[in-house]
Amino acid sequence: MDRVIEMSALTRRYGRKTAVDDLTLTVRPGHVTGFLGPNGAGKSTTLRMIIGLTAPTSGTVTVDGVRFADRPRGLRHAGALLDAGDVHGGRGAVAHLSALARSNGIARGRVDEVLREVGLSAVGRRRIGGFSLGMRQRLGIAAALLGDPPVLLFDEPFNGLDPEGVRWVRDLFRRLAAEGRTVFVSSHLMSEMQNCADRLVVIGRGRLIAEQGLAEFAARSARAGVSVRTPDPARLAAVLAAEGADVRPSDTGTLVVTGLTAARIGDLALAHRVGLHELTTRTASLEEAFMALTADNVEYPAGEGTR
Amino acid sequence: MTAATGAARRAAVTETPARFRDLLAAEWIKLWSLRSTRWTLPLVLLFVVGVSVNASLADHRNWPTYPEERREMFRLYGPVRDAFPEAGYLLLILASATVGALTVVGEYQSGLIRATFAAVPARRATVAAKAAVLAGVMLALGTVTAATSFWVSQAILADRGAGWSAGEPGVLRAVVASAVLVPVCSLVGMGLGALVRHAAGAVAAATSLLVLVPMAVDSDEHRWIAELYNALPLTAWLRLIEVHPDILNPDPYPATVTGAWLTFAAWSLASTLAAVAVVRRRDP
Repeated sequence: MDRVIEMSALTRRYGRKTAVDDLTLTVRPGHVTGFLGPNGAGKSTTLRMIIGLTAPTSGTVTVDGVRFADRPRGLRHAGALLDAGDVHGGRGAVAHLSALARSNGIARGRVDEVLREVGLSAVGRRRIGGFSLGMRQRLGIAAALLGDPPVLLFDEPFNGLDPEGVRWVRDLFRRLAAEGRTVFVSSHLMSEMQNCADRLVVIGRGRLIAEQGLAEFAARSARAGVSVRTPDPARLAAVLAAEGADVRPSDTGTLVVTGLTAARIGDLALAHRVGLHELTTRTASLEEAFMALTADNVEYPAGEGTR
Repeated sequence: MTAATGAARRAAVTETPARFRDLLAAEWIKLWSLRSTRWTLPLVLLFVVGVSVNASLADHRNWPTYPEERREMFRLYGPVRDAFPEAGYLLLILASATVGALTVVGEYQSGLIRATFAAVPARRATVAAKAAVLAGVMLALGTVTAATSFWVSQAILADRGAGWSAGEPGVLRAVVASAVLVPVCSLVGMGLGALVRHAAGAVAAATSLLVLVPMAVDSDEHRWIAELYNALPLTAWLRLIEVHPDILNPDPYPATVTGAWLTFAAWSLASTLAAVAVVRRRDP
């Protein structure tokens, strides 16, 4: 139970629409777990149920073995950045964090600590209304860290961050996980997870699609292949096909070969005296794996529904 | 950072029990860290006292022109009207209700309420703390406002021999009721804010309930209308500041002093309980 987020048949319906559908899942400490899915897949609803803001229609979710809504105070048990806009623009950053800290009996000195940690010390007295989205994300992360909690939830934390900010957030998440915390980060962009998460949970239309390590995930659905450019594609394709490879032309004029290694293709080309201009092993991209996996589960696909 | 230093750091943030006074302190910080509060409350105080001073000075100035029977009438009804003039107190009522509504609506409309409830899943305690801090601050505002406007206006009128002292029967009650009116209206505003969760809607509802409806009601015709009318906060306040009964236009179904105090208590309690109930029930 320690530091674990545990969902069991978690379901939330809004009228006739099912936002989260029978989700059973365990998020463990010591990892950054990416929570992926297309827009409208139910990620935010799931996170809100974890933190007790939304009541499940059925099923349960616990943090550290306890329903979050049953805790009198939350910040020491889980920190959450659900929406960087969830602040009152009329307050300064220090006042905002001080009120949150005080409500949980956290000493005032911790406010300065987390502001320093997220790099907002210099603007602590300024009104949040004047903050950029990136600064609000940092403020939201500061609020999540206030209670030094063992479980951290972040909903789309990379929105509005500059490249330096993205790198800082990734490093922070990895560090928090290395400290033994449970870090659960939602995103609709695979690329954001690539250098950050080491475990992935993918949902679509509220249902669990995949739950595994990053490498397994990549290997699972995208097929590795070799990209070959040659002045005589027809002959080379025939040669390779005769060796049992699957050869398909790509739109850029190269051949995409699966079933043979780059070395073997090079040897075959030499043996049959076919020239090669390019020979590249393509590693499976996570983005491709993600797209392939969620293609059937996109809630709002583009180009449909138009007459 | 390694796991070891992480554990060491964790010890620095010590587990403390969930104390209600921490919630009070948090709501106190929230209230005073808004520029609108720091400006609105002193301005409201100045305006209300200013209206009272202005009314008293007018009577002071015109006193020599008043015939004797008008002076007699003034000594019965005038001092309380100058101390708690309607124009000033209607603004005080609306300002109090608005401040109350914004303590809740400001959190819902900004989204802050989600951060608040994630930090304090005990939602009822949060709303109770909000109501307590609001009522306390607004009672202080009401006390300073009512005491100042009474004292200054009577000091001015005393120069014409028409001022009252707080020791006379019914006078202290009028001052206390005018002070208590402020937290009552702010709690009504908070309750409506929690129900409506929209600033304009909450303020419109509070304006109707606290000011427009009582001014529109004709309470002389039917008993049941009169009783509903008597159960409104404005009516209760008007009864409590009535030091001498109106002998020219007697009310066929007059409110009682006890009933008026109970009306104050009932609106405060009902508004707070309504806020607690809806905030707990609804997803933020």
